[in-house]
Amino acid sequence: MKEKGWRDIPWGGLILEEGNAEKYKTGDWRTHRPVWDERKCTHCLLCWVYCPDSSIIVKEEKFKQFDYDHCKGCGICSTQCPTKAIHMEEETKFALKEGGK
Amino acid sequence: MGKILGLTGDEATAEAMRQINPDVLAAYPITPQTETVQRFSEFVAEGIVATEMVRVESEHSAMSACVGAAAAGARAMTATSANGLALMWEICYIAASYRLPIIMAVVNRALSGPINIHCDHSDSMGARDAGWIQIYSENCQEAYDNLIQSVRIAEEEKVKLPVMVTFDGFIISHAMERVEILEDDEVSQFIGKYKNAYSLLDVDSPVTYGPLDLYDYYFEHKRQQIEAMEISPEVIQKIGKEFGDLSGRYYDLMGNCHLEGAELVIVAAGSTAGTVKSVVDELREKGEKVGLLKIRIFRPFPAKQITEVLRGVKAVAVLDRSVSFGAQGGPIFLEIRSALFDEIKPPAVVNYIYGLGGRDIGVDEIKRVYKNLERIAHTKKVDELVGYLGLRE
Repeated sequence: MKEKGWRDIPWGGLILEEGNAEKYKTGDWRTHRPVWDERKCTHCLLCWVYCPDSSIIVKEEKFKQFDYDHCKGCGICSTQCPTKAIHMEEETKFALKEGGK
Repeated sequence: MGKILGLTGDEATAEAMRQINPDVLAAYPITPQTETVQRFSEFVAEGIVATEMVRVESEHSAMSACVGAAAAGARAMTATSANGLALMWEICYIAASYRLPIIMAVVNRALSGPINIHCDHSDSMGARDAGWIQIYSENCQEAYDNLIQSVRIAEEEKVKLPVMVTFDGFIISHAMERVEILEDDEVSQFIGKYKNAYSLLDVDSPVTYGPLDLYDYYFEHKRQQIEAMEISPEVIQKIGKEFGDLSGRYYDLMGNCHLEGAELVIVAAGSTAGTVKSVVDELREKGEKVGLLKIRIFRPFPAKQITEVLRGVKAVAVLDRSVSFGAQGGPIFLEIRSALFDEIKPPAVVNYIYGLGGRDIGVDEIKRVYKNLERIAHTKKVDELVGYLGLRE
């Protein structure tokens, strides 16, 4: 996306579009990635409760997946998980696998 | 027409605030500003104004409350002095960068330390880069007039910047003068109703104030602030004229200049301009070609206009009531000297630091400055670029 010049943006850093925080992909800030172990998960959803970035995606009251576009890798989910079903892995491992993504 | 009252600077300011009748006033008492807010709080207690008065626990909170109120769409005001302004520092920048048209009366007082409650301009001069428009007032009348005009200037759609209106602590804030007050409805008509296009309370058009702004857009937002500053002089002039049509007292970027045929000019801001004026009148009667250039708008600095009025002048002395430690002179001096750099035949410019911590300045000292200017104009030689007026060696 081409960034706009100073004449073409709202003044004062105002954001006039509601809910557009989603467009800002904060996932690339991550150095460590949460990884889910389906066998250990009891779907208690404490990870969903604690996640500060709403990056636990739940479907039909069950853990479905992480939102890696927005997860900053803080690791709170893995710390809170009572069954150790979430562990953190270094992002570099995936970077090689996923071709630098 | 309004009425004529005997008011101190603080009282005149409170009177202007009463007539402006802001939605929110958040302030913390500090000498010599205290009487302004004290008097205004009486208006609140008596139900004369509809203002929500927020009694905060510090100036940092006062400015923060103003930021919140202004972002919510309110017309917000505050007043402070010296250390109080220093405590607001962080939020002053935020108010300007969010483009919130907050109005603040700054009753000029020396910044500690050692602690001092009397007048100098170190407080507002220290805040000169915060992104606020700064208007300096010479006397009680100007403090009143400038405050009313500042509402319009700040809220003008293409400006949208906070404005500080300053006047000298004690010398003006506590001295009673004849002040012409407009009718209440004249003021309310002049300032009009405030409508913030982007209000936090407007749930139909939601807006975010203060999001994270990194290397991708921060620079562009600063450029917008620069643009608003650059546009503001024409707005200030327009409103100064409108105010003149209403009150008979016209205002421009610079104060009432006494420059006709002047060869030796003193530049001054605040109450000292009045002292210089009386010396100019006295010396002119004796046929001396002396003049005064009064600084009114310091931010944005009207470099172009000042250069024009100083064209043909032989020698200029800039009086600064504050120090910029380690700089090549006081803040006003630096601006004036820089403004004259491109002139083909610039006048000699010298600087005098004076009046720090409320040190009095009298007509004899001003006369001495004109004597020095006369010598400089005659010899074309500057011995001392920055001098100190009224300092014991």
